[in-house]
Amino acid sequence: MSINKRQQYRTLFKQNVERRLFVDKIVRLIVISCVVTAIIPLGSILVEVFKNGIAAISIEFLTEVPGSIGSGDGGIGPAIQGTLIVIGMASIIGVPIGVLSGIFLSEFGDNKLAKSVRFFNDVFMEFPSILLGIFAFLVIVLVLGHFSVWAGAFALALIMFPIVARTTEESLKMVPVTYREAGMALGLRHWVVTIRIVIAAAKNGMVTGVLLSVARIGGETAPLIMTILGSSLFFNNFDTPMDALPLRIWRLSLLPYDSAQLQGWGAALVLILIILAINIGVRTLVLNKNDTYRFGKMIKEKIGGTK
Amino acid sequence: MEKKLVTPHKQKINSDQIFKIGATIAGTFVLAIIVLMVYQLISESYPIWEEEGLSFVVGTDWNAVEGRESFGALPYILGTLTTAALAMAIGVPLSIGIAMFVSDAPPKIGAPLGFLVELLAAVPSVIYGLWGLYVFREYFIDYIEKPLHSAFGDNVWFFSGTPFGLDIFTASIILAIMIIPTVSAVSREVMKAVPQQQKEAAYMLGATKWEMFKLAIFPYSKTGLIGASILGLGRAVGETMAVTMLIGNATGASAIPSSLFKPSQTMSSIIANEFVEASPAGLHLPALIGTGLILLGIAICINIVAHILVTRMLKVKEGAINN
Repeated sequence: MSINKRQQYRTLFKQNVERRLFVDKIVRLIVISCVVTAIIPLGSILVEVFKNGIAAISIEFLTEVPGSIGSGDGGIGPAIQGTLIVIGMASIIGVPIGVLSGIFLSEFGDNKLAKSVRFFNDVFMEFPSILLGIFAFLVIVLVLGHFSVWAGAFALALIMFPIVARTTEESLKMVPVTYREAGMALGLRHWVVTIRIVIAAAKNGMVTGVLLSVARIGGETAPLIMTILGSSLFFNNFDTPMDALPLRIWRLSLLPYDSAQLQGWGAALVLILIILAINIGVRTLVLNKNDTYRFGKMIKEKIGGTK
Repeated sequence: MEKKLVTPHKQKINSDQIFKIGATIAGTFVLAIIVLMVYQLISESYPIWEEEGLSFVVGTDWNAVEGRESFGALPYILGTLTTAALAMAIGVPLSIGIAMFVSDAPPKIGAPLGFLVELLAAVPSVIYGLWGLYVFREYFIDYIEKPLHSAFGDNVWFFSGTPFGLDIFTASIILAIMIIPTVSAVSREVMKAVPQQQKEAAYMLGATKWEMFKLAIFPYSKTGLIGASILGLGRAVGETMAVTMLIGNATGASAIPSSLFKPSQTMSSIIANEFVEASPAGLHLPALIGTGLILLGIAICINIVAHILVTRMLKVKEGAINN
């Protein structure tokens, strides 16, 4: 009888293990198919943009003003120029604020105020970007009475500075306290220590943060709609509307012509090349170093996702 | 002749004080901006609240013609919530699957894979829209929408309508793709925060890998995973361009989402579509700004909840390591 029982238990045990291993295998398959499902769109987007975009690229396309609507003539020269200008202006406004605010969070960050700043910084980073566009519209466009480059740069700077602040904070925090103490021991003032020692040591991380935030705002469309509006002329002055690549792509996608579609792909290719070059370059060149590893993880998690 | 031997002691300006004050001002900038933004949105949308009152939130009319102006944002609120919820339903399980794979795979496979998925986050929204409009939509109509429609269209209400590709379904799928990087990156961090001992204990009991996840990782990281999903929800709610290009841009009562295959509108897409054309003199602009205010309220709530959940989870992690 006991042999029988044992036999029975053995089969039961075997069945149980088999079932569990089977479930495990199924879950493994599901998980792998999840990964594949996520990779497919990325692959498809890159392939389609390159395939369709390359047909549109030519010297004229990159340098000339857009031709008449639907003709397929002309190019995206003003859009490329406008994107570069508006990113540059946004950086001029956003980077200093972001860096200073990062210094505040890291060097003077032991109090209630800094805690709430950190928290609302994170929350602000996730605000729908179109709302920042509305805000820039209300405080600049309505006040000045016309669409302008200033408003666009201001809106993008608002997206940029929280990212720069958080990445600056993270990279400054990675500088060992002993460095600061060594500086203090030499009798240097706090700000000299911060700028000459701490920032010098954390430079890599900060540059990375700035570049990734540039890549992020380069693709922003929504806040530009109601600020720089779009135009088909080259840059004239800061008080007039201007074009930008993402804006041009959107406007082209609204047109029913095949030629507009082709130009849209071409503009998308230029934009994606700029953004992916910054991203891949920064991540492979800077982030693989050991000392920036933690920072890299943080940055990958915080940045990304355009609105 | 008298000569001053000692120059009067000049009060040196304390540069450290200035530095600290400057940094503090820059730090509090974000708080000032948030307050100013809320104030501006409220004051500029005041006319519409005065005119429509509560019916701005529950009304369905959307008429910008002068003299017959009437605005109700309900369809767009519903549109936003529906697309975001659908995107969550599709995107969150996928993201958690990816996070499971990446957090558990050997670094040689996991790292480049995580990198690839994160590149998805770097692609600008407008390019998702372009891809969705010209590439994805074509396949989606032929291989998914039409079969679903012909199979269930007559019986199930949410498959009724004409499968045209510019509808809630397409927009939600694109949104799902767009939130995957966010949700999977945060979920992975949260899963990695589970102490090694917990996993080893599960393995020691003879658990398979899946059972280890069930026994050790999920219970421990539950809060963080919920936070990650809510973060994804926040992103889906605020997403503008891709949705604007794919949702079909209906207005008024017809934008109320009643079927997957119907064009609709979200709060952000109506703002993107009509903002520039709206004249500041009438009620149209205040109505759009009021919509923005509602969007802001929803976004702030979602993000605050998400951040509290995620930071609480990651704090637990630090505690566990220190002990």
